[in-house]
Amino acid sequence: MAHVLVFIDNPGEALKKSSLELLTLARSLGEASAAVTGELHDGAAATLGDYGVHALYRPSAADLEDYLVAPKAAFLAAAVRESGATTVVLDNTAESREIAARAGIKLEAGVITDVVAVDPDGTAHKPVLAGSYTTTARATTAVALLTVKANSITAEPAAEATAPQTATVEVPADAGAAARVVSRSAKAASGRPDLTEARVVVAGGRGVEGNFGPLEELADALGGAVGASRAATDAGWIGHDAQIGQTGKTVSPQLYISAGISGAIQQKAGMQTAQVIVAVNKDAESPVFEIADFGIIGDLFQVLPQATEEINKRKG
Amino acid sequence: MEEPLKIIVLVKHVPDAQFDRHLSGPDNTLDRSESILSELDEYALEAALQLIEARGGEAAGNRVIALSMGPAGAVNAIKKSLQIGASEGVHLSDDALAGSDAAATSLALAAAVRHLGADAPADLVITGMASTDGETSLVPAQLAERLGLPQVTFAASLEINGGTLTARREGDTSALTVEADLPAVVSVTDQINDPRYPNFKGIMAAKKKTITTLSLADIGVDPAQVGRSGSWTAVETAEARPPRTAGTIITDEGDAGIRLVDFLAAQKLL
Repeated sequence: MAHVLVFIDNPGEALKKSSLELLTLARSLGEASAAVTGELHDGAAATLGDYGVHALYRPSAADLEDYLVAPKAAFLAAAVRESGATTVVLDNTAESREIAARAGIKLEAGVITDVVAVDPDGTAHKPVLAGSYTTTARATTAVALLTVKANSITAEPAAEATAPQTATVEVPADAGAAARVVSRSAKAASGRPDLTEARVVVAGGRGVEGNFGPLEELADALGGAVGASRAATDAGWIGHDAQIGQTGKTVSPQLYISAGISGAIQQKAGMQTAQVIVAVNKDAESPVFEIADFGIIGDLFQVLPQATEEINKRKG
Repeated sequence: MEEPLKIIVLVKHVPDAQFDRHLSGPDNTLDRSESILSELDEYALEAALQLIEARGGEAAGNRVIALSMGPAGAVNAIKKSLQIGASEGVHLSDDALAGSDAAATSLALAAAVRHLGADAPADLVITGMASTDGETSLVPAQLAERLGLPQVTFAASLEINGGTLTARREGDTSALTVEADLPAVVSVTDQINDPRYPNFKGIMAAKKKTITTLSLADIGVDPAQVGRSGSWTAVETAEARPPRTAGTIITDEGDAGIRLVDFLAAQKLL
């Protein structure tokens, strides 16, 4: 039976939704184990069992967070060797991709990013060229490292919970020259779902004119996240983290509501794989209307609050 | 007087993302006929130029080398880099490189960086945050791994004091300040600066600058280690996504918010 290792970086109090998706994927491909960095709280540890993890690999060193990428890649490579895993799955964040990249060189293993599905034979499905093509790709090496996009799999606990065996993996002292993390400042949490994991995204652009209030209210009524075009982040109206597009995040929510965004190709690159696109814009010529399932030519400051009020009314 | 810097900037010639891009042929490779210098590489070049200008520029012995790996057309990305202000260009070009994945690309680039450092090692290798065609962001990390250098990637700011580099990296949940000893591999985001455009003086000056072409033999790489044979991943199939088509478009007559909610309800999205 194939052995699939899930890499979970610093899980915190509870496992993230994307980690649960990876554990579910791993179980569908074979026997699942996990390599976990950082502190492992009881709740997160129990969840690993609920999701059917057989073996748990932990680093011998506790200071992996003090350096950028290199020691985590060294730990992951060591955990792969120790476990004998042939497939490794990670989430698709910038850091995880880099960890996979470096572990890939150490293991002489192919790395495939942006994966949305994996067949039982290991074939990975991934969109390329900003979602304009769907490809299938394979690692031609003994081990494959796959970084999997959030929202690609529905997370489900195992039919039978397991009690994972814990093994400590020696992080090689010669993990390589690495950049030191000299300070770290946590960003304020919005209380909304993570942009790349959200089922609903409400995004604003130039037309928002600095006021994201109506977008936040609509997002909250729908349980969604708030995103933005580059024009809005460059204007300083909202943090760069919220940027969707070619140089920002790529999102594939069930519902994407675009407000006051013209929909230039750089923006489209980040959202065209959304299942349903709604657009609100004053300018009837905006390119976003060419790809919207439902478009409203109108003032977002009228339309959005009215929609929010209506949703809250129907929810009773 | 500070020591002069030798900076290698990796630049890529990519299909213009403003237009439709296509995969074709038995290996599903990208049609590169309408290509430009990758927009994200302009930030890397600008970052390099700012670093050397702060130390007296080329007059003080500082150099920025624009290195590109790719087929014949890639020389255009190098020329543009020279017009913007790079001191010299290097084109790594070999038929055997075709179809290289990130691992094979990083192997060839690492060998090229070592080759260019034979007289004096480069202090910095700077790249963009991703290529706008492959979009994987794997190469900078793999290059650092292969060269055994610290990686300072996704830098939103960059400073050098003595032999130490300091950068800000914006993560999803936290912002980091990181430090590394030179030499290092750096990738920069599109937040780091506002890239300059080539001016007339730069365009004229570029004509006198040198572009060196290197083959795999020049950098001591066996052709079997790169290209399709040296890659660790293979693309098996590629299918164009059906273009999205416009749906219902309405003009607000005072009730568009309610009609929007009706639409969401009908789609079972509430």
